[in-house]
Amino acid sequence: MIGFVLRRTLEAIPVLLVVFTVAFFLVRLAPGGPFDSEKRASPQVLQQLESQYRLNEPLYSQYLDYLGGVLHGDFGPSFRKPGRTVSEWIALRFPVSLELGTYALLVALAVGMGAGLLAALRPNSALDHGTMSVAMLGICLPGFVLGPLLVLVFALWLGWLPVMGWSTPMHKILPSITLGAAYAAYIARLARGGMLEVLAQDFIRTARAKGLSETRIVLRHALRGGVQPVVAFLGPAAAGLFTGSFVVETIFQVPGLGREFVESAFNRDYTMVIGSVLVYAVLVVALNLVADIALALLDPRVRAQ
Amino acid sequence: MRFTVIGALAAVVIFAATGCSWRDTGALPGAVLRVGNGAEPQELDPHQVTGQPEHRILGALFEGLADIDLTTMEPVPATAESWEISPDGRVYTFHIRQNARWSNGDPVTAHDFAYAWQRVLSPKLGSEYAYLLHCIRGARDYNDGKTADFRTVGVRVPDDRTLELTLDNPTPYLLAMQTHQAWFPVHRATIEKFGAMDERGTLWTRPGNHVGNGAFMLAEWQPNDVLRVRRNPNYWNTAKVRLDGIEFYPIDNQQTEERSFRAGNLDLTSTVPMHKTAIYRKEHPDLMKICPDLGVYFYRINATRPPFTDARVRRALVLALNRDEIANNVMKAGETPAVSLVPPNTGGYTSRAAVKYDPETARALLAEAGFPGGRDMKPVEILYNSSDAHRIIAETVQRMWRDNLGIDVRLINQDWKVYLSAVNTLDYDVARGGWIADVADPVNFLECFQTDTGNNRTGWSSPEYDSLIRASYAEPDNAKRLELLQQAEAILLDSAPIIPIYIYTWKFLQSSDVHGLILNPLDLLRWTDMWIERGKGGAR
Amino acid sequence: MEKPADSNTEQGASLGRDAWRRLKRNRLAMAGLVVLVVVSGTVVVGPWMVSHSYETQDTALGATAPNWNNWLGTDPLGRDLFSRMLYGGRVSLLVGLAATAVSLLIGVLYGATSGYLGGRADAVMMRLVDILYALPFTVFVIILMVFFGRNFLFLFLAIGAVEWLTMARIVRGQVLTLRHREFVEAAVVMGLPVWRILLFHIIPNTLGPVIIYATLTVPSVMLLEAFLSFLGLGVQPPMSSWGLLIKEGVDVMEEYPWLLLFPSVAFSMTLFALNALGDGLRDALDPRTSRD
Repeated sequence: MIGFVLRRTLEAIPVLLVVFTVAFFLVRLAPGGPFDSEKRASPQVLQQLESQYRLNEPLYSQYLDYLGGVLHGDFGPSFRKPGRTVSEWIALRFPVSLELGTYALLVALAVGMGAGLLAALRPNSALDHGTMSVAMLGICLPGFVLGPLLVLVFALWLGWLPVMGWSTPMHKILPSITLGAAYAAYIARLARGGMLEVLAQDFIRTARAKGLSETRIVLRHALRGGVQPVVAFLGPAAAGLFTGSFVVETIFQVPGLGREFVESAFNRDYTMVIGSVLVYAVLVVALNLVADIALALLDPRVRAQ
Repeated sequence: MRFTVIGALAAVVIFAATGCSWRDTGALPGAVLRVGNGAEPQELDPHQVTGQPEHRILGALFEGLADIDLTTMEPVPATAESWEISPDGRVYTFHIRQNARWSNGDPVTAHDFAYAWQRVLSPKLGSEYAYLLHCIRGARDYNDGKTADFRTVGVRVPDDRTLELTLDNPTPYLLAMQTHQAWFPVHRATIEKFGAMDERGTLWTRPGNHVGNGAFMLAEWQPNDVLRVRRNPNYWNTAKVRLDGIEFYPIDNQQTEERSFRAGNLDLTSTVPMHKTAIYRKEHPDLMKICPDLGVYFYRINATRPPFTDARVRRALVLALNRDEIANNVMKAGETPAVSLVPPNTGGYTSRAAVKYDPETARALLAEAGFPGGRDMKPVEILYNSSDAHRIIAETVQRMWRDNLGIDVRLINQDWKVYLSAVNTLDYDVARGGWIADVADPVNFLECFQTDTGNNRTGWSSPEYDSLIRASYAEPDNAKRLELLQQAEAILLDSAPIIPIYIYTWKFLQSSDVHGLILNPLDLLRWTDMWIERGKGGAR
Repeated sequence: MEKPADSNTEQGASLGRDAWRRLKRNRLAMAGLVVLVVVSGTVVVGPWMVSHSYETQDTALGATAPNWNNWLGTDPLGRDLFSRMLYGGRVSLLVGLAATAVSLLIGVLYGATSGYLGGRADAVMMRLVDILYALPFTVFVIILMVFFGRNFLFLFLAIGAVEWLTMARIVRGQVLTLRHREFVEAAVVMGLPVWRILLFHIIPNTLGPVIIYATLTVPSVMLLEAFLSFLGLGVQPPMSSWGLLIKEGVDVMEEYPWLLLFPSVAFSMTLFALNALGDGLRDALDPRTSRD
């Protein structure tokens, strides 16, 4: 197992390098630069700005330069908001997204797994159809609809919760639910499907024949196999959750990284884009690794290799 | 093994959940105004920012030499208590107040202004608004790096309280321009404590470091959350200031901002969502403020791309567009149809020439140009940057041109920077544009369309127009200067590289607790005039 | 229990017939199928039947609530919402189903191959997936648009490029557990070529999660289309899609609630039906459930 983790960690190096390289050239290929605006600055000023940020040098030398900086942990200054470096911005905003993502993931797991198991225990019953209909609603109501609806009801009509912001625990409820809802729905459906798949297999029948209680069968024997699709889905999904959702962060004005990432792409804030992409890439790699380890632990046959 | 992994995951989760402590809300005491400010400020350095949200904050943190009386729109003394203007209008002598102080208690001197202007003009800083100072003699050469000697620039400081400014041309709007951040002074010792004069992005703008000469001083800056300023006790006129502090919320989602206002969390918003204006007008007309702006929404026509090289085709497009319908039925928020580039009554100027809606003449012109009934004309593409408001106007224009001219019109939306790069490289047929005046003077609009200037972006060029604009710069008599500009605008509108559509409005929500706000076409929020009376049931 | 190793086309056909028989007995799934057929029929035929065009404006009229003339009301430009939904439905259904099919095809083949081959090949293939996950999608879309124009086909390409990734991971996970099952090992021992083993023995056994994830992909694809169209790739105004209508409806949900309500209902109804059908299909295709 340790060897496996070590190997995957080594594999992460070329992955990150490729991500860095492709991201670097992608943002550079996109038309427009960080200093373009409705009111165009004079050519002299633009030239000055470009030479300050070394944007006028050949692309390959910028690439090597920047790669060198990044290897030393220096992502350079943000072009759009020059008062802070990219590392500072990430340090400010990533923890917020991580926190929001964690709550959302907890909401999604609790609600999604609960609903999925409940439905799988009584397939095609009213309970099953009811739970799955609610789950479907979670999928059909995307965050940009659910968020404003929740605000309308709980903040403006009932006045229980704040409209926006991220300063007190009360502020964190609606964004976490909004972000978690869609994932809960996905998890519920994947869990139900996975459980049904497993519950139909021989060893479960054997267990039933032995007279084990249904709860025991589900929790001790079926769950392991049943959550596999959920785990495979969760790896990348969690990476997305932890790095923040542009939609939810915008609706609730949460100062997280998700908003920064999309905005920096639109603003051609090159350094900011690459910094955020790398954070995301590290998370994707790490969480996919965690998901793969979990998969191996859940299934002895996979582990055996 | 399994449990170690699960345990580790749980530990991570718990750490993430509890490790991030609730942030201190640090609310200010006393009468605090809560303002929706549109976007996170890029910086708090008056020489490195360009946007409206920054302008609002900097207006609280700094003060220029002169200010504008918002009712008469006439210049009034601010940090300078008086000034003299030479008879030829080319030399301004400012007298700085004896009691003008920085927020750290240092006196504000004429040297501070001279230093600030040297800074904003220094090429290395790359200030995007440095061109506003190009009216100073020698400033452009210094800004372009043609000379490194600031003594060649027409700024002189005979003594600590006197500042002498020599201009190339009489510039009647020089005093009005002093409300723009590019002209604000900076505190030399603070700048140089954190870096070189012309270094970008140093730490001097952080809370604790920041020093300004405005009525308020920086108290707290939580990026993307809130920026708080509190009363500056060292401000020369602090007795007049009635607010104890201002909180700026960088809310970039209009819907969220409006909801936050409705929940009673904001006293002022930066705007009103398009479709909410009708509701507020009906249900809470007292809360919504609307004021025409010195800004115009227009379409550019690419004059270098056939068939738009033919002025008749361009004129046909202008004439076939019903701007009354767009302003009254589509925008519906008190926008006025724009019949000229320069909004009426900009610095005492109203264009005599005007475009009109005349589909019949439009069809005739198009036929004359070889496209009777729109036949044989290739589809016209309207380029706009992704936004629902731009889309809805483009859809309306599409229908008007199709119905009135029989031409096929396609809509192209692009992300902001792609749109800009297409417009800059003249890679479009028709593109939306907008211009909001930096200075309340018609020349600020009209100088954009001189040949080959950065903001022309239509490829249109008229030597006659160029020479009229140039003549206006040198004209010492203001009435004659405005007359030259009238002639220039008439040429522009007749040749039609642009289609004026509507005059922007400044629209926002204001709670009934807020008093002393004076509406003005420059969107200036004069914090020192405002006060709050709370207790009549909050913002509602 | 599992499918026999020597399954041939004859049995495949009877499996299909069996599945259809089982599906017909599932009333919820059949209801879903009927709704889907009705909705698809309506959006295909409907535009020719209605008297309003999706782009005819009446700005003096503006947004009106549902009435006799405009059954579902009008939008702020006075356009008939029902017509816009009919045309928009074509776009959404086409994109939703086609892009999902693309992601399904790539994801299943890729994931199954990776999982089956294992070892170094698996490592390389899955790291490629990691890389694609991590790349900035918005920038990718912008570039796609700039260099290849705004062809509708690129919409599928852009959506396909992201949506197959999770599918591949899910299938790979399944295949890892299937690979060492008896029937697969039997097939290997019999010397069947890899593609046959994958296509006839492994992939059919991953269909459960695949069908479910595919039905989950459809809504996310439809919403992604709205985002891409907003960015300029995809449908150009005045044409619209359900995703775009919903997106525009949200901003006016208090003023003109019907502009959010009706597109959302159409969208949700279709997806409910699709999922009911998907669940039914999953059950019907699973040879084990039939014997319970």
